[in-house]
Amino acid sequence: MSKRPEKTRAPEKVMVDAETLKKIGQGIVQQIKEGKVPSVSIPSRTSNNLVYDPSNQYYVIGNQKISRSAGNIRHIKLLAQFLKVAWFCKDLVKEGNKHVTKRELYYISESWGEAFKFDEQPECDNVVEDIEAVIGRPREDFNIIPDNRGSIYGDITIKYRSPSGKFNTINCLDTPDGQSIGPRICEGEIQKVSADKVIAIETGGMYNRLMEEEAHKKFNAILVHTAGQAPRSTRRLIKRISEENNIPVYIFCDSDPFGLHIAMVIIAGSAKSAHVNHKLATPKAQWLGTTATDITKYKLRSDKLRPLDFKRLEELKKDPRYKDDARMQKELQTWVKLGKKAEQQALLRYGFRFVVDEYLPDKLKELKAPGFR
Amino acid sequence: MAKLVAPAKAKTADDLALEQREISVAEFFEKNRHLLGFDNPAKALLTVTKEAVDNSLDACEEARILPEIKVKIKDKGNDRFEVEIEDNGPGIIKTQIANIFGSLLYGSKFHKLRQSRGQQGIGISASVLYAQLTTGKPAVILSKAKEDGPTYETHLMIDVAKNRPEIVKQEETEKGLSHTGIRIMLDIEGKYVQRYHSVDEYLRQTAISNPYAHVTYYPPIGEKVEYKRKVNELPKLPTEIKPHPQGIELGILKRMLKVTESRKLSGFLQNSFSKIGSTAAEEICRLSSLDPARDPKTIERDEADKLVSAMGKVKLMRPPTDCLSPLGEALMEKSLQQEVKCEFVTSITREPSVYRGQPFQVEAAMAYGGELKKAEGEEQQPVEIMRFANRVPLLYQFSDCATTKAISQIQWRRYGLDQPGSSGVPKGPALIFIHMCSTWVPFTSESKEAIASYQEIIKEIKLAVQECARKMVTHIHKGQRAKRETERLRVFDKYFPLVISSAKDLAESKEKLDFKEMMEKVVNKQLVEMAEETKELDEEVKKAGKKRDRKKEEFDVEETGED
Repeated sequence: MSKRPEKTRAPEKVMVDAETLKKIGQGIVQQIKEGKVPSVSIPSRTSNNLVYDPSNQYYVIGNQKISRSAGNIRHIKLLAQFLKVAWFCKDLVKEGNKHVTKRELYYISESWGEAFKFDEQPECDNVVEDIEAVIGRPREDFNIIPDNRGSIYGDITIKYRSPSGKFNTINCLDTPDGQSIGPRICEGEIQKVSADKVIAIETGGMYNRLMEEEAHKKFNAILVHTAGQAPRSTRRLIKRISEENNIPVYIFCDSDPFGLHIAMVIIAGSAKSAHVNHKLATPKAQWLGTTATDITKYKLRSDKLRPLDFKRLEELKKDPRYKDDARMQKELQTWVKLGKKAEQQALLRYGFRFVVDEYLPDKLKELKAPGFR
Repeated sequence: MAKLVAPAKAKTADDLALEQREISVAEFFEKNRHLLGFDNPAKALLTVTKEAVDNSLDACEEARILPEIKVKIKDKGNDRFEVEIEDNGPGIIKTQIANIFGSLLYGSKFHKLRQSRGQQGIGISASVLYAQLTTGKPAVILSKAKEDGPTYETHLMIDVAKNRPEIVKQEETEKGLSHTGIRIMLDIEGKYVQRYHSVDEYLRQTAISNPYAHVTYYPPIGEKVEYKRKVNELPKLPTEIKPHPQGIELGILKRMLKVTESRKLSGFLQNSFSKIGSTAAEEICRLSSLDPARDPKTIERDEADKLVSAMGKVKLMRPPTDCLSPLGEALMEKSLQQEVKCEFVTSITREPSVYRGQPFQVEAAMAYGGELKKAEGEEQQPVEIMRFANRVPLLYQFSDCATTKAISQIQWRRYGLDQPGSSGVPKGPALIFIHMCSTWVPFTSESKEAIASYQEIIKEIKLAVQECARKMVTHIHKGQRAKRETERLRVFDKYFPLVISSAKDLAESKEKLDFKEMMEKVVNKQLVEMAEETKELDEEVKKAGKKRDRKKEEFDVEETGED
């Protein structure tokens, strides 16, 4: 086991301060006092305002803003709803220990009266995203949460506040099947990490395999199950663990364009969350595999690539995030040439231990991971 | 033993000649009632009423008397009806009564060209004939021609073979009329219906197109109906004009040549026709290779033929149009509004035009909404179309009429009415009123039921109706816009205070904020914006309607292809 790395920064206060939200309301009040028709300025999330930030290596939103004014008949209802949701969230964070899903919020809005209630969920989601964009924080930070998905296993101690309000700590090694990543874990205080890397795994089968083969011990790693495309809270947690403790992240998925995309979203964020990628993306994370070359190298059982896959490969080749990455370009080309894809669990043809004994060590060495340099 | 019968001999032309005799006009029509509108008993009742009322209105207008017309129809049972029509016109002098009521094709109007209701002069006599044929009874006519003079009662039949009236009785009567005028009573076979093709409907529409008339109607069933006078002025009296050369028919020209007083051909041309000056007369003579100094009475048939074609070729001024007397926009709108409780009415009287040498003028009016609107969920009905020719309602042959054809060709969706298949009569809460007046309205048949489909006429009708439709759709849009505007302003009223209260809650502020003034400013700004939008929309609609035809000085000779 390698030396425990030093903490590079204090755990940040994850939850949004109620003051941040209050300020929005105060801005409106001030405008009225000054005799100005009140409005809020919201960063635009349309595709023509999406910019790839090469220094940070993720998508961010540009400088375009849209203004929602009480003087505009098309905006006034949205503005009222925006302020109402923000007020609701302010109370949520003040309370601290209550979280709502987007869906719940949509139903809750009915209790606000006919004027405020949302006709459809997407309308409500948009208002939540507006708030995210205005304060620059993901909604998980102001207690609007996705469904639990994703799981974490390893020697990491997190202090959290239980639903009853009591503070507890948990070491994720003590969980039977990994610790489910929900709002309380996601915003919990990371007290102790003994690992020197994080390995994020796409499939439940492989996650379980690595747990049972004690990969966390062998590689001194924290194992995270993304369960397909990593949900935001999982990405948030990966980022926090990685950056607070200055440890690298390796992403292990199926050998196909969509597995690659899972890795890319963890690394560089999504276009959809561009306004909060700075809180969700882990630019230093690396894609470990399963690569296209692995298919031939390990003679993995494979399937033909479909037209959709080819289309995706073409798109990825042009993506600014991959343009300058030689390894990535090579792998993309190999997929096209092979015309094949494979699952990570195909590696099991070589037995239970193969991934832990041979495959991962080879890969980690290739990527110069700590402990394998 | 059977008697031997000589075999039928083949007839010679002489034998046949013995059997032939002249069929009088009266006899012809006796055998062809449908040509005059007596096809069936229900129609007959309508026709009889119509002819008499039309004549009364014509007479009153000519004498410049505001018409008072009484119509009484009594059901005598056994399909017999007694029809009585009385007017306050100038009456008819004793010696003329028989001729006017008892001989077909006799009348003052045949050689004159002027807009009038009974343009062929057959009408009332045919009714007398019809009465005689169906009940054997004579027509009874009371007439008073002088205010303080006697009333003559005439019992009249028609000698069918000789086409001559037959006076059964004519004497001064004690039970006279209280004013000048005519009362005619006819005993006929008929049938009373209350549907669309009925006397009731005819009188209703007549009241609409003649709002200066007071019509009292005593129907066979039900209470008396009174159509009160809506205006106290008679329309301008149409002047008489001479025929225009470009519509002339050979037969009429020949007759004119025979009766003219002019001694020279060129003089005849200039005096008997409108709009022929000396230059034009010379040109016509030149084109037909005839000496302008010729005596008109010596012109042969084929020479007359050449004259007709020459007249068709020469460039001439349009016929005069002051012979027409349209209703006018104010009158149409007032009349419609009183008859139909609608929310909007508009009208247009177009400039006169010409078809085949005959001046004509189209006017249209449209009523929208109000009681025309159906309740929610009820199916939209086809738009009611009221057709009039020289102020007489046309109730039959709807689909053959030029009016209907013109309306069916318009793209009604553009004007806010439903029109499945983009052709045909539109559906919706509207009513279209069309009036064509002319010195000679072309009908599709003798029964004067539908206007013939000349291109020029259809074009004029379309343009008139489109003009009204444009105004109507602007009105509809205004209504929709007004609704939208109220909605918009309501949104502000509703949400402005909510924005403020949510902001205060969010800010956890209990400050009292006075935003009333700001709200007013915002609402006013909205009103200004909406007014500007409205202005822009109106401009667009106006531009679309600016394609008016210009009045041409020169008379364009156009082919009058039938539709």
